[in-house]
Parts: sequence; structure tokens; C-alpha cells
Amino acid sequence: MLAPGFADPVHDAQDTFRAVMDALARPGRPRPLRAGLEPPAPLTPELAAVALALTDADTPVWLDAGLAAAPEVAVYLRFHTGAPLTDDPAVAAFALIGDPARCPPLGTFACGTPAYPDTATTLVLALATITEGAGLCLAGPGIRGTARVALAPLPEGFVAQCAENRADFPLGVDLILTAPGRVVGLPRSTAVTEN
Amino acid sequence: MTPNPTGPQNGPGIEARRAMMALCAEAGRSELEAAVARLGAPAAEDLRPPETGLVMAEGRIGGDGRPFHFGEVSVTRAAIRLPDGSTGFAYHLGRDRTKARLAAILDALWQDSARRAGVEAALAGAAARTEAARRQAARRTAATRVEFLTVARGED
Repeated sequence: MLAPGFADPVHDAQDTFRAVMDALARPGRPRPLRAGLEPPAPLTPELAAVALALTDADTPVWLDAGLAAAPEVAVYLRFHTGAPLTDDPAVAAFALIGDPARCPPLGTFACGTPAYPDTATTLVLALATITEGAGLCLAGPGIRGTARVALAPLPEGFVAQCAENRADFPLGVDLILTAPGRVVGLPRSTAVTEN
Repeated sequence: MTPNPTGPQNGPGIEARRAMMALCAEAGRSELEAAVARLGAPAAEDLRPPETGLVMAEGRIGGDGRPFHFGEVSVTRAAIRLPDGSTGFAYHLGRDRTKARLAAILDALWQDSARRAGVEAALAGAAARTEAARRQAARRTAATRVEFLTVARGED
């Protein structure tokens, strides 16, 4: 059964865009994200809100194994966004990941080219919890000093993957991390350490 | 039941559905309102609120010439879902969102084979009126018809 999209498409999409933009401008600081969506499982409302706000016919979208296994998710995204779905993470503009613990290595996604670093993939992950003030230590543009944020669950060796992702700056992928009701940004410019 | 909003399945039903939606597009808003009221349609939920946009219309001179861009036209589209999960879609010329939404409701009802005859009966009046209007327009056009013919001249 096809589920409805945004009740107020213009303003709801702008609200979501604003939350994601602020989250990426201040990495590690969670922003509230109220989607008001009821997408088909296992797509979370926050993943759906980011997908509906940011993707369109020009942005290939890659789904992780759990999301790709549910045909209703593909129908929902195609109807509401018109975005083409791709099997190849290296050509995706956006990747929706419903099960972060089994997220493929960040290196398998497109990291852009030196002339067009903006062609990198933006990963959108659905985490269970995002807690400010504890856990990973973040530093870089948009952060005064350092910031701490605890993220769970995360893929194996996440900190090492982030360091590798940042090594080729300005190439690399950007991460949008969502949890129920909130979103936090982790752009490629942010340095992530354990403590 | 898996709805497939990405494209219609080809089959014998698709032509009939197309004709039905063409009738809805030609009918007036009050006729669609009357039809929906007569069918006692359940409250529909918007999958996507009705919205208006521009579509490039294509023309062909004489109906079979080279296609050219005729100009942009306003089109309003609606997508609804009935409580039983069936979905209906409508694209209408113009900016009448209410009318496009009513047509989408009729589309959803028509796809249910148990209600198909009821929908067609409810729109029978509109079908007769549009058919009469089309015939009258054709008659008026035919009255001004000019036959061009070439008179063959002998070689002199």
C-alpha cells in the first residue's frame, strides 16, 4: 500500500533541508528533524524525509540490502521522488542505509573527482541513538574546539574509515546521521577520533 | 496487492481506463462532484497534495506532420488513496485542484471491478453531454468545409 508523502510538500521539504544544512554546517551538533511521515518499513521517517527533500530524477539513489529487499520502499521512493535506484554504490549521489552496523566501507562509494568533488556520494544512515556530549571526538570546520557525540550502532572500524575518508580531502563522502527525531552531520572535513 | 505508480501495466484494461480518465477530463467539476457524491465514495487521503505545474504540449500540423513544441500548458495532478488501499491518479489541463482530485477518486473507484459499473453509470450523463457537444462542434466545422479540387486542363 503506497504511503503518503509530505503533507505540505514545500514547507516540510524546506524544514528538512534547513535541518540537514544546519547539521552539516555544525558537525556533531544534533538538530531536530520532524518528518511527520509514515514510510513503509524498514525505511525510517527520518531517512524518508531526507530522501524526499533532497533526491530527484537527477540523483541516483543506492539502498542497502535491508531496504532493497523491501519492494514497497522502492515504490515509495520512486513515486515521491522520481529518483532512479542504482545497484552500484560508486555511481550513487545518495545512499540510504537502514542498517549502519552492516554499512559497506566508505571507500566503496563515489568520492568525487578533483575537478568536481561535489559528485561524491552523500550517505544517509538511520542510527538508533545520537547522544551529544559523549563518545567520539570531532574537530574541524564548523566546530569551536572539539565536539563530542555518541553514535550507535556504527560499522566496524568507523573511526579508521573516517580518517581514510578525510585523507584525500577535498575528495570523500559526507555523512548525514539520523536517529528518531534528530539529525547530525559528519562532512568529509571533520576529523573523527576516539577520544 | 502491489500498486505500481511508475507506469501502467499494458493490458486490455488500460485502454478502458484511459477512456474513463479522458471522460473525467472533459466533464465539468460539478459533474464529477455529483458522480462522487452519488457513489458515496469513502474519504480519500492525499498521497501527494494536488499540485499545478507546466507541461510542454506537442503539436503536429494536420495531425501527422513533424512534431513541434506548441507551448506550455498548465496541468494539475492529484494522487489519492482510499481507505482500502487502492490508489487513483489524475492529470488535468488547467488549475482546478478540486476537479483533479475528484477525478483521482473516480480512478481509484473504477479500478475496483465491483464498483466499475457504478462509476460508469454515475458518469453516463457527462458522457452523453460531452459526446453531444463533440458532435455539435463537428457539425459546425463540417458546415464551413471547403473542398479544394484541381481542374485538369488539357495540354494546349
